[in-house]
Amino acid sequence: MVLPKRIVAGIQSVGHRVIDSIWRLGYASRFFLLTLIKSGTSLRRFTLVIRELYFTGVQSLIIILMSGLFVGMVLGLQGFETLQRYGAESAVGTMVALSLLRELGPVVSALLFASRAGSAMTAEIGLMKATEQLAAMEMMAVDPIARVVAPRFWAGVISMPLLAALFSAIGVYGGYLVAVILIGVDEGSFWSQMQNAVDFHYDVVNGIIKTCVFGIAVTAIAVFEGYDAAPTAEGVSGATTRTVVTSSLAILGLDFILTSFMFRGMG
Amino acid sequence: MSESLIEIEGLNFSYGQRPVLKGIDMMMGRGKVIAIMGGSGSGKTTLLRLIGGAVRPTSGYVKVAGEVVHKLKRDELFRMRRKMSMLFQFGALFTDLSVFDNVAFQMREHTDLPESMIRDLVLMKLQAVGLRGAHELMPGQLSGGMARRVALARSIALDPLLIMYDEPFTGLDPISLTVIGNLIRRLTDTLGMTSIIVTHDVQESLKIVDYVYFIADGVIAAHGTPDEVRRSVAPFVHQFVHGEEDGPVSFHYPARPYAQDLKLEGGFA
Amino acid sequence: MQRATMDLWVGLFVMAGIGALLVLALKVGNLGTYSASDSYQVTGNFENIGGLKVRAPVKSAGVVVGRVTDIQFSTETYDALVIMNIDSRYKFPKDTFASILTSGLIGEQYIGLAAGGDEAALKDGDTIMKTNSALVLEEMIGKFLFNKASEGSSSENSDKN
Repeated sequence: MVLPKRIVAGIQSVGHRVIDSIWRLGYASRFFLLTLIKSGTSLRRFTLVIRELYFTGVQSLIIILMSGLFVGMVLGLQGFETLQRYGAESAVGTMVALSLLRELGPVVSALLFASRAGSAMTAEIGLMKATEQLAAMEMMAVDPIARVVAPRFWAGVISMPLLAALFSAIGVYGGYLVAVILIGVDEGSFWSQMQNAVDFHYDVVNGIIKTCVFGIAVTAIAVFEGYDAAPTAEGVSGATTRTVVTSSLAILGLDFILTSFMFRGMG
Repeated sequence: MSESLIEIEGLNFSYGQRPVLKGIDMMMGRGKVIAIMGGSGSGKTTLLRLIGGAVRPTSGYVKVAGEVVHKLKRDELFRMRRKMSMLFQFGALFTDLSVFDNVAFQMREHTDLPESMIRDLVLMKLQAVGLRGAHELMPGQLSGGMARRVALARSIALDPLLIMYDEPFTGLDPISLTVIGNLIRRLTDTLGMTSIIVTHDVQESLKIVDYVYFIADGVIAAHGTPDEVRRSVAPFVHQFVHGEEDGPVSFHYPARPYAQDLKLEGGFA
Repeated sequence: MQRATMDLWVGLFVMAGIGALLVLALKVGNLGTYSASDSYQVTGNFENIGGLKVRAPVKSAGVVVGRVTDIQFSTETYDALVIMNIDSRYKFPKDTFASILTSGLIGEQYIGLAAGGDEAALKDGDTIMKTNSALVLEEMIGKFLFNKASEGSSSENSDKN
């Protein structure tokens, strides 16, 4: 059977793409390992990490806090709307808290982090590569991975859980604002039902674990894309886009995997 | 021949299948300023990267101070790199550090000197390039010429044996051109270094260099002292030095016959 | 940006983050209200645990006095073995009744303890002997229908007579 040339070429290009992606994944994993191995400098000269913590964490605070507040408020509104039909509006606190702690907190804050801090990291490292700053560093016998990449990586990993906790906390408060202050759900039942339903080990800790995993994934992707970017304007902008897209897919995929492990149903 | 800091023999380098440098032989003496000239994409920058050990040759070798560069192990290479500096085309200053911190960078990373001593050294280096007063500025606030001078100060921070300049004259105004040219000559003589300038600015470089190599199509097309080069009748050298429009490097990109493109011959398409 | 200011902001950020974590753990979650350390363990065998789940509360007179920590199937007695931790502050007599009750009509299930009169108290590792299984809705309905049917037939018989 002789296939027409176009189809053969099409299959070949798909094959190329797949092999390229796998090759790139291998390269990225090796890079990730290198970053971990060369993290000694980040620990010894912690000021480098602190500087990056400022740019990654502190400067993401505004978007995280505002988004958390709004998400919490919307949850309160929607939750009340739906629960009211079943006469269970006092459970709105539980609903807001569980949604935030288990899913929305880790996932949405990770997505926001990837878009804001992750893309900034990629652009910064990519730009340093394009303006030959990384090459200059190498020529000065300073390892750019140890000095530029690793501190940013650890800053991201540390920031992520903190930001997610802030997101969830302010989200719960947002739900409280809407449900109790605005709508008039009983304050006592709001908090007590929540406390009864939310279990520290099951919900809070699992949420934190998710956040840490997301933090590692997003930051690793961000620094890799920056380091691997083509040293041109299009190269850097393409890398930034790839960071956001790949991070988002990774977050959602990992979320599914983690959720299916963690929340199999009690008993 | 112990006068030579750099010996290059039979150097070949290819990017994948494409050969960039073919059979290069060069000898560069200590304390000299040497220019490597050629058209864009002729492999000049690759040559610098081979000397610095950033890439490995396909065959042949580069010897710096008697050691074969691509045979060095990682820490030996790092040690060697501290003896050489590279000045990148647009300075490549670290944009998040001030001028002072840029020049101090290598001192802080590689030495245990106290801050007071580093401060004095940095100001001395900046004084040598005439920018001591600018030490608190950020790279974004500098003009092109100033940025390159700061990069030069940064390159001489640890008193290297060798500095490689990648297109130091590109995009500068006439005053800055003279300043940079004179600085390169003066620093080489004062510090006893060797300077390799990769450039295609003929006029400025011929004023200050001791020896010139021309690279075309990956091989050394010609070499000699500035006077020899100016007097040369070799076609490529002549075209390059005198800036002629057409010669060995042709004006027209290879194309089909003009008439055929305009569809004047051979009937209708 | 001066180093000192940056350090200050980063410090505040980290503290705020940890603070948020604490708020989530204590106010939103139930970490403060339950400490696993001061408790003793008792077990009970139930014919049917219904919808009882691990971490369900153990209540007496409506007050939470402990938690269910594990539910297993016992191949010796072929019934359910429920292991629970009771807060050390509360001592229960050895003849306490343990029943599986439901909060509300279709809410989640918990273990209710009704104290007996024995002077000796339950100790760590003891077994509650008197247990009432969960009321399974289907069995109840089946029993109800059966009763109704037998009532009907007995009144029929008495009518005939």
